[in-house]
Amino acid sequence: MASEVSDYRKQEESITLERLDHDPATGISSDLLTLNIGPHHPATHGVLRLIVTLEGEIVRDIKPVIGYVHTGIEKTAEQKAYWKVIPVIERMDYLSYYFNAMAYCGSVETLTGVEVPKRAQYLRVIHMELNRIMSHMVWLGTSALDLGAMSMFWYCFRERETILDLFEMSSGQRMHTRYFQVGGVMEDIPLGFEKKLRQFLKTMPSRADKFADLLENNEIVLQRLRGTCPLSEERLLDLGVTGPLLRAAGNPWDLRKTAPYSSYEDFDFKIPVGTVGDNYDRYRVRHAELYESVKIIEQALDGLPEGPYITEDRKYALPPRHELATSMEALIHHFKLVTEGFRVAEGEAYYPIESPRGELGCFIRSDGSSKPARVHMRDPSFVNLQATAEMCTDTYIADLIATLAMLDPVLGGIDR
Amino acid sequence: MPDATGLELIAGEIRDSAPDAVLATKHDRGRAEIEITPESVRPVIGMLKERGYTFLASLHGLDYWPDEPRLGVIYELLDMKTVDRISIKTRVTVENPTVATVVDLWSGADHPEREVFDMFGVVFEGHPDLRRILMPEDYEGHPQRRDFPIGGEEVIFTYNEKTMPGWTE
Repeated sequence: MASEVSDYRKQEESITLERLDHDPATGISSDLLTLNIGPHHPATHGVLRLIVTLEGEIVRDIKPVIGYVHTGIEKTAEQKAYWKVIPVIERMDYLSYYFNAMAYCGSVETLTGVEVPKRAQYLRVIHMELNRIMSHMVWLGTSALDLGAMSMFWYCFRERETILDLFEMSSGQRMHTRYFQVGGVMEDIPLGFEKKLRQFLKTMPSRADKFADLLENNEIVLQRLRGTCPLSEERLLDLGVTGPLLRAAGNPWDLRKTAPYSSYEDFDFKIPVGTVGDNYDRYRVRHAELYESVKIIEQALDGLPEGPYITEDRKYALPPRHELATSMEALIHHFKLVTEGFRVAEGEAYYPIESPRGELGCFIRSDGSSKPARVHMRDPSFVNLQATAEMCTDTYIADLIATLAMLDPVLGGIDR
Repeated sequence: MPDATGLELIAGEIRDSAPDAVLATKHDRGRAEIEITPESVRPVIGMLKERGYTFLASLHGLDYWPDEPRLGVIYELLDMKTVDRISIKTRVTVENPTVATVVDLWSGADHPEREVFDMFGVVFEGHPDLRRILMPEDYEGHPQRRDFPIGGEEVIFTYNEKTMPGWTE
């Protein structure tokens, strides 16, 4: 018994804290450590799993593993009538539901040739830009949290709450509103919406100023963002990256300007661009977009045209409720739409829009029936995620966390 | 999009460099599409990239079941200078679902190609790391194919957990 204890002591004493394979020439240990980050980790902004190869504190390689929230929405969409697909499509990228619905509805409208009334287009723009601010608020709050600035989270979520209240006013839902329909929007904005929206538009720019004051005079934030993990425009284009990440590298590519949809050509706004494409530029571009979105909403609200908010084509849009009591035709249309839905002539369409994260494209193949034969979302997060490895190789692991925050991936959109 | 004439001109250019590559052209509802043979994917897309369609906006698969050849792969190419989009489609059979990869033309084709492989079983020859991306790695079948049943998988509840293989042991 006594000898066993002394054996153990001897073994214990023989352990030194020196590195086992220490390279005397460079003084650097060549030990590589493979570290698993996620899928359940607050800094991954969802259920992203990263297998990171570390050498000391330096990242040498990253392999993202995704699919943890794959819900098969594209498959589900094939089982539903066209207009019943909208609610499931909205749940893909859960921070930009209006954009998902817009890409899908736009694609169906291209296939069917349904005209969207001007008022509906403006209402769509108002809600999409509100959604863009809301999405950027979530991004700014959670990113600042990753950088150690805790109070930002509450300030940002206060603004987000105001926007969600507005969404609740116009559609009855705070998230996944199903407000956009094929051919227009579900309902006109209610009384009091405009007043509340104007109030928000008045406060938002000054709030954004305050966010900048809080963050941009903060030494820690600046040190963690400035000059970290830049990637050149050529590499970003090769990787398929679009949106604020591409604009941060100096390329002013924005589908709202280059290929306007939903009356974006009517509004006067600027595209913020960065210069070097580091994390600081990524932050600045998104922050500047807040002001531009406010400008767009103001113009859309001022110039909101009179007229119908959804197409008058009864083959695609439900008739107003009061018509059902008096018109046989309306009753038939209502019945046909609710039971079978509308049929779409055979064809394929790809409809790209500018979501808060980049090009969001919806591909639909119709086979002539009332259900789509294929729905595919080109989600910007899914494509942009490929740039992580290239951005973060040979940087500190702390910069990896900051870059991931500035990448703004939404895992619901990545996995679909 | 190029207009109908422009599309034919591009198709003509492709025919000049690869005579048997173009199978069909389609200009429909604002969408310009060229269907090519699976063997000619690399030369044709390489040529279009040289020609100005430098950005691969999207790469996705689809299933034309019950038509043959069943599986389709679509490349949505974008010319950022003229803001012009063109779609290149190729169709392969389920028995021989191989298409050459374009990862060396665009590194960004990596995830989309893996997704098409995962969902439809199209094999991209030359892809550096062709694994499943969204489904679990031990999953069998390609769920986005049209003949893959929805709800075909048993869901584990307390009443059937004993009979589910691989669950309790």
